Amino acid sequence: MSEMLASEAKGHIDVKNFSLSYDSIEGPVQAVTDTQIHVKPGEFVSIVGPSGCGKSTLLNAVAGFLTPTTGIVTVDGERVNGPSAERGMVFQQYSLFPWKTVRENVEFGLKMRGMPRSQRERAARTLLGLAGLEAFEKHYPEKLSGGMKQRVGIVRALATGPKVLLLDEPFGALDAQTRVIMQQILTNMWQRLKISVLFVTHDIDEAIFLSDRVYCMTARPGSIKAEIPIPLERPRQQSMMMSSEFLALRRGLMSLIREESLKAMGGEINDMGMQGLNIELHGHSLADVI
Amino acid sequence: MPATAALAQAGPAPAAIPPAPPPSFGTLALRWYRLNQGRLRATAIGIISLIAFLLVWHLLTTYRVVFFVRFTNVPSPLAVYASFVKAIHDPKFLMHILLSCRRIFIGFSLAAVVGVPLGLIMGRFKLVHEIIFPVAEVLRLIPAIAWVPMAIMLWPTNEQSIVFITFLGSFFPILVNTLHGMSLVDPVLVRAAQCLGARERSIFREVYFPASLPHIFTGLTVGMGVAWVSLIAAEMISGQYGIGYFTWEAYSLVQYADIALGMIAIGVLGLGSSLLIRGAGHLVMPWRSTR
Repeated sequence: MSEMLASEAKGHIDVKNFSLSYDSIEGPVQAVTDTQIHVKPGEFVSIVGPSGCGKSTLLNAVAGFLTPTTGIVTVDGERVNGPSAERGMVFQQYSLFPWKTVRENVEFGLKMRGMPRSQRERAARTLLGLAGLEAFEKHYPEKLSGGMKQRVGIVRALATGPKVLLLDEPFGALDAQTRVIMQQILTNMWQRLKISVLFVTHDIDEAIFLSDRVYCMTARPGSIKAEIPIPLERPRQQSMMMSSEFLALRRGLMSLIREESLKAMGGEINDMGMQGLNIELHGHSLADVI
Repeated sequence: MPATAALAQAGPAPAAIPPAPPPSFGTLALRWYRLNQGRLRATAIGIISLIAFLLVWHLLTTYRVVFFVRFTNVPSPLAVYASFVKAIHDPKFLMHILLSCRRIFIGFSLAAVVGVPLGLIMGRFKLVHEIIFPVAEVLRLIPAIAWVPMAIMLWPTNEQSIVFITFLGSFFPILVNTLHGMSLVDPVLVRAAQCLGARERSIFREVYFPASLPHIFTGLTVGMGVAWVSLIAAEMISGQYGIGYFTWEAYSLVQYADIALGMIAIGVLGLGSSLLIRGAGHLVMPWRSTR
């Protein structure tokens, strides 16, 4: 445990000249193009963008599940080639092993590392205690609510003491109240463990509330459209979401994303014959309306 | 009395609700009844339906009904019961049953020991799948009974060929269901394991295998059913012992009550073995049995 709550920040993510394309029957499809991102050790960075922009693709490349077509992904100077326990990941779909109890799920990474049973049981209990889940250690995931499942998922990803935590829309399936609580829990854990976090979401409020910095991606083929520092002080409170500073950041990000969403949907809107709307709306462009 | 009442009123508000008195036996029984109403109902209807079946059987045979189907020679339930009482004291009948059980045990166990690992490996390694699947797909469609002449040629003793037929009957359902289970393993779970440092061997043991278990057990249950079907057919054709042979022999010897007895014994044995598998499933997959 003591090594986990290290005082030294770690996990420098560097993505350089990244692009990724895949083959389809109509030829190669460019999913992400010419992208640079970096996450400083201990930093909390979010990626937002219209759906289908390739933000999850980018995250999966950092995790090591996808190989970049061009460019390079490094963590602390080491090239990423394949998944590893150094980069913990939390998925949008609940990914707990249904045949393992909550504690066994949390123990999994330690077991893979060859830690003896009694030791990893103790470690898992401590971690579950931090997340307020000790009462559920013997439950099977099926019995848990969505929020609890994701909490266990986060604890499991952190148990091996990764340098980096990658989250792919982890709270997307949760209701609004649970989501807010989960954001608090995640922030708390992140501040304790001092690891870097790369967080993918389509929820602008969530991105601003959690992050030190937000990358906004363009519509497909995805690339970085803007990089927005979030200077809000920490610890952050729910009440900050009403502050003028927060709202200004929100407005800025909103308009960036709206532009890209319209670009992404432009084709569809044309297909549906909605161009005529421009005339009926007395000169207002479609972008003003949506 | 008024003094104590006033004191009670003046005192601080009651801090805790006094513990409820333990519920009486009557309320407990009523609650239990309410919670288990559905199950009780199903059991009651099940019993009534079985009794009705026996009654209809009894009437049809007592009055020797002939209406398209001829019940003239069909034994009555009481006659079957009488032959059952005689049979359980007859070591020969017990031997028939024991031999059938042994054949099922050997044939089915072999099928499980070969079929499950083969299905897991085929599900994981494409090349193995590509090599074995076409052959399995053709052989799978041949009913085990059609193998009887071939089995007699292949194996030196009758006993071995019967076990072989039993093996074949259960092998393909087990293989196919294991393969199916492997194909349905959620890729997110595999990726989660990889992110936690699991290597190929661990992923196989900790993810693919447990994730496929429900389908493996479906395969075992179906396989057990087909094993009995194949066994009985094989025993009727080429056996000298076994419950299938007993039933066929009863027909040849005009022991009509024994025919029904043999059939019922086969049904009970099949039911018992599928219950055993279900029990094993609950033991092996505790995360599913708490549902």
